[in-house]
Amino acid sequence: MGSTRHAILAEGLRKRYGGTQALAGFDLAVPEGTVCGLLGPNGAGKTTAVRILTTLLRPDAGHARVAGFDVVRQAEQVRFRIGLVGQHAALDEVLSGRQNLVMFGRLYHLGAAAARRRADELLERFDLAGTGDKPVSGYSGGMRRRLDLAASLILAPPVLFLDEPTTGLDPRGRGEVWQAVASLVAAGTTVLLTTQYLEEADRLAGRIHVMEAGRVIAEGTPEELKSLIGGDRIEVVVRDAGDVATAAAVAERVAGARPDRDDDRRRVSVPVRDRVAALTAVASALQEAGLPIEDIALRRPTLDEVFLHLTGHTAESAGSSGPMGPAEPSAAEGTAA
Amino acid sequence: MTIMTDAPAVPAPARTLADRLRWALADGWVITRRDLSHRARRPAMVAVELLFPVMVVLMFAYLFGGGMTIPGGGDYREFLMPGMFALTMVFGLEATFTAISTDAARGVTDRFRSLPMSSSAVVTGRCAADMLNSVVGLAVMIAVGAAVGWRWHEGPGRALAAVGLLLLLRFALLWAGVYLGLVVRNPEAVMAMQILVWPLGFLSNTFASPATMPGWLGAIAEWNPMSATVAATRELFGNPGWGGGSWAAQHASLLALAWPLVLLAVFFPLSVHRYRTLDR
Repeated sequence: MGSTRHAILAEGLRKRYGGTQALAGFDLAVPEGTVCGLLGPNGAGKTTAVRILTTLLRPDAGHARVAGFDVVRQAEQVRFRIGLVGQHAALDEVLSGRQNLVMFGRLYHLGAAAARRRADELLERFDLAGTGDKPVSGYSGGMRRRLDLAASLILAPPVLFLDEPTTGLDPRGRGEVWQAVASLVAAGTTVLLTTQYLEEADRLAGRIHVMEAGRVIAEGTPEELKSLIGGDRIEVVVRDAGDVATAAAVAERVAGARPDRDDDRRRVSVPVRDRVAALTAVASALQEAGLPIEDIALRRPTLDEVFLHLTGHTAESAGSSGPMGPAEPSAAEGTAA
Repeated sequence: MTIMTDAPAVPAPARTLADRLRWALADGWVITRRDLSHRARRPAMVAVELLFPVMVVLMFAYLFGGGMTIPGGGDYREFLMPGMFALTMVFGLEATFTAISTDAARGVTDRFRSLPMSSSAVVTGRCAADMLNSVVGLAVMIAVGAAVGWRWHEGPGRALAAVGLLLLLRFALLWAGVYLGLVVRNPEAVMAMQILVWPLGFLSNTFASPATMPGWLGAIAEWNPMSATVAATRELFGNPGWGGGSWAAQHASLLALAWPLVLLAVFFPLSVHRYRTLDR
C-alpha cells in the first residue's frame, strides 16, 4: 500500500482519439481529503481525464496514481479504492434500488450478507429506504443520482470521481446531490468533481482547475481565481447587441482597464479600483455616448467571469449544453451525450 | 457520519489463478442472476416473449398450413417445426443486442468496468442468462410442436443432437449480438437489427424450397447458416425436408456445425476486444 500525500496525481497525460487531441499533457495533484473541481467547457477533456483516472481508458502517454496505485499497471487495486459517478445514472432500471446496491456489492466481492447489510445502510443514509424496493425506473432524477452515489460508496472509497454529477437535474435534485457530496467530504473523502456549472465548483471545490483543449490552464481556490481578474467590476448590459463594442470602448476609456465582452448577453464587464466614482463615471460616459442601457451594476467577480477571462468565451457558449451559474438551471437538458 | 466509518473492509484482490477463476464464475453468476431478477420482476414480458413464437407456430400451422404441400407428401407441421425452432434461436439475437446495448448506453457497462470484478463476467454472465432463456424458450416450442402433432422419429439421442445444434446456433449468434450491442450502444437500434435478422430468418429453407427461388436468391438461402441448422435438424428429427442436390444441401450437418464455429471465431474475439477498448 503506497503512502502518499496526494490521492490523485497525474503527470503529462496524453490521449488522442483519431484526429482529436483529447488530453494534451494533463497534470493534476489532488491532496488527500480535499475537493478538486475540474472546470471546463464540453470537449475540454474533463471526461477523458476522469476515464483514465478511473482505469476505464489507457493514456497514450504520461502516468497517473490514484490512492497510491498506478492506474494502468495496478488497475485492480485502484478499482477497489475508487467510486465513480458518471454523467448518466449507471443503474439497472428494472431492478429495485436495493437489488442494484446488493448486485454492485457482490461485484465488489462482498459476501451475500455483507452486501445486503451495506445496501440497507446506504439506502437509509441517502433517504431511499422507503423506495428501496421499487424499481429504479420509477425514481426521480435526484433519487437516481443519490442511488448512483450510494452505489459508488459501497466500499467507502477514499477517492470519489464525480463526472458532471448534477447535469440534467432540477434545482432540487442538484441541492440533494450537493448536500450528499458535502457530507462525504466532511468525512474525509477525496473528491474530483468535473462540472460545467461554475456555481457547483464554487460551492463544493476547495481548489479549481480550469481546463481547456486537454490541459489545465489555471488553478487555485475560487477566491484566488476570482482575484486573477481583479477585485470589483462594473457590469453593463446594453439594450441592442450592436452597441456591445461601443460600450466596451467607453468602459475601457473611463476605467482604464481591458473589459471582457459577452456578446450573447449584450454584457460588458470591466475591473475598477475606485468603486463608486467609477460607477458614476461609466454611467455618465455611456449616457453621453447615447447608448441605451438595460442594466448597470457594481459586482464582485464571479467564476463565470474568470472563465471568460481565461478562455475567451463563456462556459455556456463553449459547451453544447448547460445553464451557467445560479441564473437559469433547467431540468430538461443534459441527457444528450 | 457513519457511512464511511461503518463500511465493509476492502476485499483482497485475487492473487492466484484459482482465485481469479473462482471470481470469474462468481461474478458471472451475479450478472446471470440479475437477468433472472429482471424476469421475476416482469412476468408479463416473459409471457409475451414465450408466447410470441407459439403464436407464430399456430399461425403457420393452421392459417397457412392448409395451402402447403411438402415434398414426398410429408406432414406440414412436421416440416414446419424445425424451422420454427431455429427461427426462435435466430430471433434471440435481438434480446442479446437489446440487453447489451441498454447497459452500454446507460453507463452501466462503464460502472462494471470501473469495479474490481472479473472483466469477463459481464459478457459470460449475459451469455449464460441468454442461453438459459433460450433453453426455456426451446422447451416451450418443443411442447407446442408436440401439441400440434410434431414428433421426432429417430430416437432421443438424435433428437438431443438436433437440440444441441439449435443451441449452438443461438450461442454463436449471441456473440454477434454482444458485439453489435457494444458497437451500436443504442437499444433503440433494435429496429435496425430486425432488418438484419428477419432476412436471415426468412431468406432460408425454413418456409420455401431454395430450388423454387431465383438462382441467386436460392444460393443465398442455401448457404444461409440458419438453413444449414434447419436442414440438419430436420434430418436428425426425421422430419420431412426439401432435400436438394447442391453441396450445401448435401452437407447440411457439417455446415450446421461449421457455420456457428465460424461465427464464433469472428464475433467472440471481436466482442472481447470491443469490451476492453469500449472507449474508442
